[in-house]
Amino acid sequence: MSIPRLLARNVEEFGSAPAFREKDLGIWQVWTWAETAAEIEALALGFLTLGAQPGDTIAILGRNRPALYWAIVAAQRVGAIPVPLYQDSVAEEIAYVLDHCEARFVVAGDQEQVDKLIDVKEQLPKLEHIVYLDPRGLRKYDHTHVTAYAKLQDAGRTAQDDLLPELRRRTDGLGADDICVMLYTSGTTGKPKGVVLSNRNIIETAKNSVEFDKLSREEEVLAYLPMAWVGDFIFSIGQAMWCGFCVNCPESEDTMMSDLREIGPTYYFAPPRVFESQLTSVMIRMEDAGKFKKWLFDRFMAVAHRVGGSILDGAPVSLGDRLKYLMGDVLVYGPLKNTLGFSRVRVGYTAGEAIGPEIFDFYRSLGINLKQLYGQTEASVFITQQRDGEVRSDTVGTPTPGVELRIDENREVFYRSPGVFVRYFKNDESTKSTKDAEGWVATGDAGFIEQGTGHLRIIDRAKDVGAMADGSLFAPKFVENKLKFYPDILEAVVFGNGRNRCCAFINIDLTAVGNWAERNNIAYSSYQELSQHPKVLDTIAEHVAAVNDSIIGDEMLSGCRIHRFLVLHKELDADDGELTRTRKVRRRIIEDKFSDLITALYDGSERVSTVTEVTYEDGRKGAIKATLEIRDVIVSPEDRIAAQ
Amino acid sequence: MSVAEITPDGRTLGGTLMDMRNITLRFGGVTAIKDISFDIREGEIRAIIGPNGAGKSSMLNVISGFYNPQEGEVWFRGDKRGPMRPYQVARLGIARTFQNIALFDGMSVLDNIMTGRLTHTKSGILDQAIWWGKAQREEIAHREKVEEIIDFLEIQRIRKTPVGRLPYGLKKRVELARALAAEPKLLLLDEPMAGMNVEEKEDMSRYILDVNDEFGTTVALIEHDMGVVMDLSDRVVVMDYGRKIGDGTPDEVRGNQDVIDAYLGVSHD
Repeated sequence: MSIPRLLARNVEEFGSAPAFREKDLGIWQVWTWAETAAEIEALALGFLTLGAQPGDTIAILGRNRPALYWAIVAAQRVGAIPVPLYQDSVAEEIAYVLDHCEARFVVAGDQEQVDKLIDVKEQLPKLEHIVYLDPRGLRKYDHTHVTAYAKLQDAGRTAQDDLLPELRRRTDGLGADDICVMLYTSGTTGKPKGVVLSNRNIIETAKNSVEFDKLSREEEVLAYLPMAWVGDFIFSIGQAMWCGFCVNCPESEDTMMSDLREIGPTYYFAPPRVFESQLTSVMIRMEDAGKFKKWLFDRFMAVAHRVGGSILDGAPVSLGDRLKYLMGDVLVYGPLKNTLGFSRVRVGYTAGEAIGPEIFDFYRSLGINLKQLYGQTEASVFITQQRDGEVRSDTVGTPTPGVELRIDENREVFYRSPGVFVRYFKNDESTKSTKDAEGWVATGDAGFIEQGTGHLRIIDRAKDVGAMADGSLFAPKFVENKLKFYPDILEAVVFGNGRNRCCAFINIDLTAVGNWAERNNIAYSSYQELSQHPKVLDTIAEHVAAVNDSIIGDEMLSGCRIHRFLVLHKELDADDGELTRTRKVRRRIIEDKFSDLITALYDGSERVSTVTEVTYEDGRKGAIKATLEIRDVIVSPEDRIAAQ
Repeated sequence: MSVAEITPDGRTLGGTLMDMRNITLRFGGVTAIKDISFDIREGEIRAIIGPNGAGKSSMLNVISGFYNPQEGEVWFRGDKRGPMRPYQVARLGIARTFQNIALFDGMSVLDNIMTGRLTHTKSGILDQAIWWGKAQREEIAHREKVEEIIDFLEIQRIRKTPVGRLPYGLKKRVELARALAAEPKLLLLDEPMAGMNVEEKEDMSRYILDVNDEFGTTVALIEHDMGVVMDLSDRVVVMDYGRKIGDGTPDEVRGNQDVIDAYLGVSHD
């Protein structure tokens, strides 16, 4: 059992069905399974001409393109280990991973990626050859260690007679326990770790999850999330190969939304922030719509809000409401879904972060079957999933078939499944501390299983759950998520572990706040200036107070109310190391970097001046200076009365 | 003269593409260009620089055939060129962009770039109106070429957007795309970076270098931003008050005392 074998099976059973599509030169170009297999074979033979050996690592670096997915399978065919990398990583990050995985070859998407590789090639004695896909701008490069993808395929085809038997021998020798892929986790702390996943991991997980959602060969997916992310690997390689559905690649990152609309995927995954920003843009556009349209939208969205979710869940709904909903579908929901590219979505998933209940309900009320799942790289994605008819915004569902769950006394979640990773590459110590002898894996997340429903609820990262000075529970993410549900707030970081009260950093959402400013004739010349506008601070203070109100009744978490906050003068950014590549907050780094601001939050000062180093997209560094205002927030009803 | 030569940064220069010999251009009593000679070689990026009013744009208009000089000769690809109409110049393989963007605002980006294919269109008005057979095949071929340029300049996202709605930097890029659609031998750029921010300038520089690299297009450009000019060009002509005061590689020009005086001013005592 291996991915190349599934490919061969698909070619045999439905070789003329589409396997990959990519929009190129304004047209969707199609490759059938048979054509895909031929392309992969030519590249695999090309790898052999370069002297690829079983056990070598071949890194893949670029945006989602069929040819790069083929490179993954071609690497598997020669017995090598494919290692997809995050394409937006800066050169040093790439150098670390390439060095750690001892990559001999890299398949890069374009000149930008090749340039990064050439920059760090000196540090990588093991790196022998770079293969590039898009030849633009690369014509004049020294080609002794750099080759065009198409040229390598040609070399492979030319040497076919000599090398094909060897290639077949290697491919046929692949078994369930051979390595399928190695994925580097972005790591909220420390250096990234290489998670080794076997063919069994991927294929068993793909099979179970496909059966769970009854996915078929008819599905259409859009591959737009980073290839280095385990989810994309499962959807675009694992499940696609298992089911035989077609993977569609957008024309460019910028055209993703219009490509989504053209393809109309039936099976779709997006992190909460994508749903969030789409909802924000819908709402912004509705603000600009004519009075009648706005009235129609508001009226029917109210109907959808009341009954849409129930209809989707198959719950009883009165005939009158059903008729109103049907009318709404014709007038509002249908066209809206079409604009968003969700007309055909049968199964939609979101994961990675908590999703705001309003956002989640909005999509479900339109009749989009959006569900939540919980997973991680070490599990080949799936740990829990929501079953149709049991979908809620505050849980992550019940265990995926084949997965066992356990919660230990510290509230940490453990699981065991066929998808559990083999090991961390060259890191036995971490492997041991994460996975025990019986195969139970620590997720690092704190949570509990809800009585009655058996649904898993996640509170926070286990290591971030702490205690306040008075011993009450400190769960920063819980509060941050509540804050982030406001469209004005892009990111929040709450501090308070071991202290007597909680304070927070807030990042405003430039789209939402910028639009608000425009509407209210508030002029600003920069992100920094807008972030410190008194009216913006007032609005944010109201949001924070509302969040405080919402948790005051919670016995366990009422200590997490926020007493003071400031709005940061720059967006937290992965290039500055403040977020991971999957945009999770790196607490320790933020605490170090902005220690002066934290001190100011706790010492009672009303404003604080600071200088912050920033990294531009091309890797150059600069500094920005700012004076930030610190606001006190109402934390209890008594305060509110006193304030009035 | 026509021997290939390697520039310091490793590019190959071909023979002479255009030769301007003793050009003098007058508007009534005003002499805009005084007795200037220089050449443009195949495959190079040739810049014309100078302070305001030096006569750069006039020079570009002489090259593009828009102005006819009173004295001097213009040689293009080994032939002496007489007075010409703009469409004749376009047919010769010279395309240009303008200092003030000259696109069709109401038309989509795609349609604007398609107009650049006009000189390569062979079917007549009637054929195109019926849009069948030859005309259809021809348009499909043109569209493919245009899509390659869209891909090259990374403007897929705005393919169907009316040009009037685009920000300035993108309009400049669309204008470049239209000029490229004509598959010119010689591309004339009139201040391609004017009014752009640093990032847009960097992007534009990269596109100009890539065009030169990928398609082998010879580029002649006028530009104010000295940093850009020095990084981009193989050779530079410096003009001041209608005269040529310097000609050579960026390094040679940078060290030229006349050029320094023209740019920094010189005390008259």
